[in-house]
Amino acid sequence: MKILVTLKRVPDPEQKVKFKGNQLDFSGASWVMNTFDEYAVETALRLNENAATGERLGEVVVASIGPKEASQQLRSALAMGADRAILIAGDDAQLDSGMVARMVAKLTEREKPDLLLMGKQTPDGENNQVGQLVAGFLGWPQATFAGSIEAADGGKALVVGREVDAGMESKKVPLPALVTVDLRIILPRAVHNGATPADHAYEEGPRYASLKGIMAAKKKELKEMTPADLGVEAALCVQVTSVEAPPARKAGVKVKDVKELVEKLHNQAKVI
Amino acid sequence: MGNVVVFMEVVEGALRKASLPAVTFAREAARHHGGQVLGVVAGSGLDAAASQASQLVSKLFVFDAPALASGMAELLAPLIARVAKEQGATVVCATATNTGKDVLPRAAALLGCGMVSDVIAIQGPHSFKRPMLAGNAIAHVEVSTPTLVASVRQTEFTAAEPLGAAGELIKADPGPLDARGAQVLGVQATKSERPELTEARVVVSGGRGMREGKNFEILGQLADLLGGAMGASRAACDAGMVPNDLQVGQTGKVVAPELYIAVAISGAIQHLAGMKGSKVIVAINKDGEAPIFQVADYGLVGTWEQTIPPLIEEIKQLKAAQK
Repeated sequence: MKILVTLKRVPDPEQKVKFKGNQLDFSGASWVMNTFDEYAVETALRLNENAATGERLGEVVVASIGPKEASQQLRSALAMGADRAILIAGDDAQLDSGMVARMVAKLTEREKPDLLLMGKQTPDGENNQVGQLVAGFLGWPQATFAGSIEAADGGKALVVGREVDAGMESKKVPLPALVTVDLRIILPRAVHNGATPADHAYEEGPRYASLKGIMAAKKKELKEMTPADLGVEAALCVQVTSVEAPPARKAGVKVKDVKELVEKLHNQAKVI
Repeated sequence: MGNVVVFMEVVEGALRKASLPAVTFAREAARHHGGQVLGVVAGSGLDAAASQASQLVSKLFVFDAPALASGMAELLAPLIARVAKEQGATVVCATATNTGKDVLPRAAALLGCGMVSDVIAIQGPHSFKRPMLAGNAIAHVEVSTPTLVASVRQTEFTAAEPLGAAGELIKADPGPLDARGAQVLGVQATKSERPELTEARVVVSGGRGMREGKNFEILGQLADLLGGAMGASRAACDAGMVPNDLQVGQTGKVVAPELYIAVAISGAIQHLAGMKGSKVIVAINKDGEAPIFQVADYGLVGTWEQTIPPLIEEIKQLKAAQK
């Protein structure tokens, strides 16, 4: 099947958040691919290969909206094995989830994939909206927070194991559909495409790019576009006007033993 | 002037407690927008839940049909959007549970309006505060569309109390339902006698340092003794020690109990994002330098093997003495 995967470059979640006045300061930040998006790329590759023979079963297109530098993350996805990439010019400060979703919807209409695969959220904005918005715009079925995916009906549908509040929900969606991925999707046996032997166990986590993959990625197509090419006008509906550091928690104390801990919890904190 | 539509969840025939903070948000938003709070419930066999929910709002729209039992976003989002349009709503909200996160953006797409996620405070009719970057930044957000959708962080709003008089209960016809071909085949529920993680007064969480699933049993004993719920770090969930629905953190659930006990959890940024709002935090870790101690009110350096059994004994003695 043809799969479109979106990915975003985000500030490395491990680095300290800096402020400049009432705005975030990303000068000197290092940028990485959103982990959930990386998992989506891995999921797309697993869905579109026979892991036993190495045969490729369909096209994987990766797309990002961001500055020129985001081509680096797209190249990483190409090096992992994606076939081609699309970079739509954009600046985070001038984008909201709605605009991103409109662009992804337009791109989806143009590319006509069988499956739109996305990470469930980003670690910077943490909005957890774009996938569901796109599905809403397109009137597609959606399966968010996927922890497992299995091809069904001879590749015309997917059965998705969804992380819901009560446990795991099994939802069947006909293609084309939108799926957003959660953490467990990269477990060794989370993806079954009907071609890879059912007992095949993947290495846990997204695959590393091989040297051959990195070399090949340099020759793969990376097309640059603008929102105007997609017919999307800039219209920010949700704007971050200022940002501040959260109130810091007061430093606590170390207790010497269990007795003192229970005494403090009972008499001082009064929680037990 | 605009009304506020609040979508409330129903689980096993009863109104879900997690939806109550969204009602509090809705009441606050209604004051800013000069309108009424209108509730929406959807599902199958809703009589009990509808009578509960009607105590909370001015009007309650009840969509009761067997096909709605699945709770699919494809079905719920159009119903919520329809009520919002027909009732002149300027705010649509629900708690940011996994269901809320699944359904609300789809409703926002149908309404063509802006959405703000995980609201922690209302600043004005169209301005809100919300966390970003694993809770390390608080953003002030303005929504410029006349109607807006908001998901509400459960821990930041109190649970709404019933009003003096029950609101008008309207049995609404869902009309033709189009799930876009999707169907729910089943749910593998994690059954537990313990309170729900996001609603518990006490949470006892274990991390990678617990090493294997069976070692969580002793944390379960501690949780039961305190009438609490069990949680876990992402590392413990990823390692398969416990089910993923116990995960507390940026990528799991956000909790803010009165007492949070973190055992053998180092305190990665993404875990802290899910529990920093707890009233009292206890950290027990063998590494005295672990980052978890920086947010803990009470820290105890030691392994779980050394500390948890005597902790259970001490608390038992305290409880016995209180009787």
